[in-house]
Amino acid sequence: MPTLDLSTLLLIEQTLNGVQFGVMLFLMAAGLTLIFGVMGLINLAHGSLYMVGAFAAAAVAGISGSFILALIAALSAAAIAGVLIEVLIIRRLYDRDHLDQVLATFALILIFSEGTRWLFGSFPLFLDIPAALSGPISLPGGIEYPRYRLAIIAIGLLVAFGLYLLISRTRIGIQIRAGQYDREMIGALGIDISRLYTVVFALGAALAGFAGAMIGAIQSVQVGMGEPVLILAFVVIVIGGIGSIKGAFVGALLVGITDTLGRFLLPLIFAQFLDPSSATAIGSALASMLIYILMAGVLLIRPTGLFGAA
Amino acid sequence: MRERHLNILVLALLAAVPLCAYVSDEPFTITLSTKVAILALAGVGLNFALGLGGLVSLGHAMFFGIGGYAMGILASHAQSYTPIYDGLFVFEGTKSMLVIWLVAVLAGATAALVIGALSLRTTGVYFIMITLAFGQMFYYFTISWPAYGGEDGLSIYVRNGFPGLNTLDPIQFFALCYGILLIVLYFFWRLERAPFGLVLKASRQNPLRVTTVGLGVYRIQLIAFVMSGAVTALAGALFADLNRFVSPSMFSWQTSGEIMIFVILGGIARLCGPVIGAAVFILLEQILGDLSQFWHIYLGVLLLVVVLFAKGGLTGLITRRGAS
Repeated sequence: MPTLDLSTLLLIEQTLNGVQFGVMLFLMAAGLTLIFGVMGLINLAHGSLYMVGAFAAAAVAGISGSFILALIAALSAAAIAGVLIEVLIIRRLYDRDHLDQVLATFALILIFSEGTRWLFGSFPLFLDIPAALSGPISLPGGIEYPRYRLAIIAIGLLVAFGLYLLISRTRIGIQIRAGQYDREMIGALGIDISRLYTVVFALGAALAGFAGAMIGAIQSVQVGMGEPVLILAFVVIVIGGIGSIKGAFVGALLVGITDTLGRFLLPLIFAQFLDPSSATAIGSALASMLIYILMAGVLLIRPTGLFGAA
Repeated sequence: MRERHLNILVLALLAAVPLCAYVSDEPFTITLSTKVAILALAGVGLNFALGLGGLVSLGHAMFFGIGGYAMGILASHAQSYTPIYDGLFVFEGTKSMLVIWLVAVLAGATAALVIGALSLRTTGVYFIMITLAFGQMFYYFTISWPAYGGEDGLSIYVRNGFPGLNTLDPIQFFALCYGILLIVLYFFWRLERAPFGLVLKASRQNPLRVTTVGLGVYRIQLIAFVMSGAVTALAGALFADLNRFVSPSMFSWQTSGEIMIFVILGGIARLCGPVIGAAVFILLEQILGDLSQFWHIYLGVLLLVVVLFAKGGLTGLITRRGAS
């Protein structure tokens, strides 16, 4: 394959960044949409579970130096935190209206954030990329791309595929799907519904914690890192349709790529007919709004999202 | 205690505390009371949509911020003597509160009209997520827009003026904010009993019936959302004047959450619910903030207890009547 010119290389690199961002958003959005689909619960504290995963990974990596152990710690810490809050608090909210759910999970954010600040302090922690995955990798066409980001894409896609198998091929998957259609009926069929709810919540929490740990290695690990991602995951779900895993996947990639390419391309486009400084200002300001404009556009055409039930 | 008596007591207390502080010369207490009045106003604004209309908006910080930036932009141009727009006509900044309020209310109402028209196409959990997302859009926009301070925000050196008052005097500025709060509360009280308010409440309880009667739920909810946005924007303009500072944090999702907490803590759809909520919030911030820098943990626990066990908020507890 011939070597590509510089601007094409940059474009491909930015597109890959967008995919990487999208794949991580999917891990967040999948948990949220599952929890909403099965239990009818809107969980604002999902971002806190992402943060718990990142902090657990950073703490364990700091002690042991092993990235694999850090990932296991992130998964289990987030899952345990998920089970704890489900059993203690969330369980009481399933029959409540959305307002109560919003407020109670908002309260959980306050408790988680301040608790983490109390434990770890206000300064960000850093999680190192494992040595085996650091540095760039050469792709066909002369593209140099960070190995770790490529690994995130691969792992994210693998998790997405695993989730698909879990939902479509296993017994617990059948129960989850049945729960989305008719909660009372599967209870009547003798399935322990409160156990199922706890399992789904723990699964969503583990996915969020895993995403937190993976992203923690390329950004800093700090209190409040979860909420911006949570709100983006909401945008993803609104675009994809609530309750739909497929919608979450498509929506996440769409949001990830739109956001990343918007930040890259819009300043360049405005530079064609504006002076450089105002092109950067207007371009980046508009780019920060792009995914919300995308969301508004989807809403105008399909108020229940691309794959949502009407 | 009857709710009406509680309301009179709360409003009298809110006036009495700064008056006592004025006599004993404690300007900080007056400023805190002013903050309560302004935040309560923001809560009353949300109460139009949330309490009467049942519209769970988690993006009201956008209107609060729009009001704040309306003040910030107008006043910053006035203090630097540069026009905002100089082309076909000249549009100058201003230091007059009356003009600033008008601009804030109009801007808030316009934003609420556009955002509401989009968001009200959906209901339930979609509506919550969408309002939250649009709020975040404004937040990121103000951060990345460098003309008005970007992430650092804007400082205004002198508080804006109101004819016949010295707004730099804390007690006079408090009186102004308190007066506006009373006017808006009176409007809320009348609206709740007016045909419009009844239809709005009915469309919260049973939208299908309202539609069957021949009334447009969408249009009614949109009007309520616009009123709500306008009042919250006015509160934002006053808040900016209180601090003489605006920053993107006015747009943050935490601000939306806090405005919602005022309403819920005090009691949803109660006339003085937001006043009680805002007062308790500020009191907690002062008392618990002294005890521990992690006072948000206690706030979180309190909020959980109220949500799980005290329907109707503090007003509901005191009047021994749950939410209607």
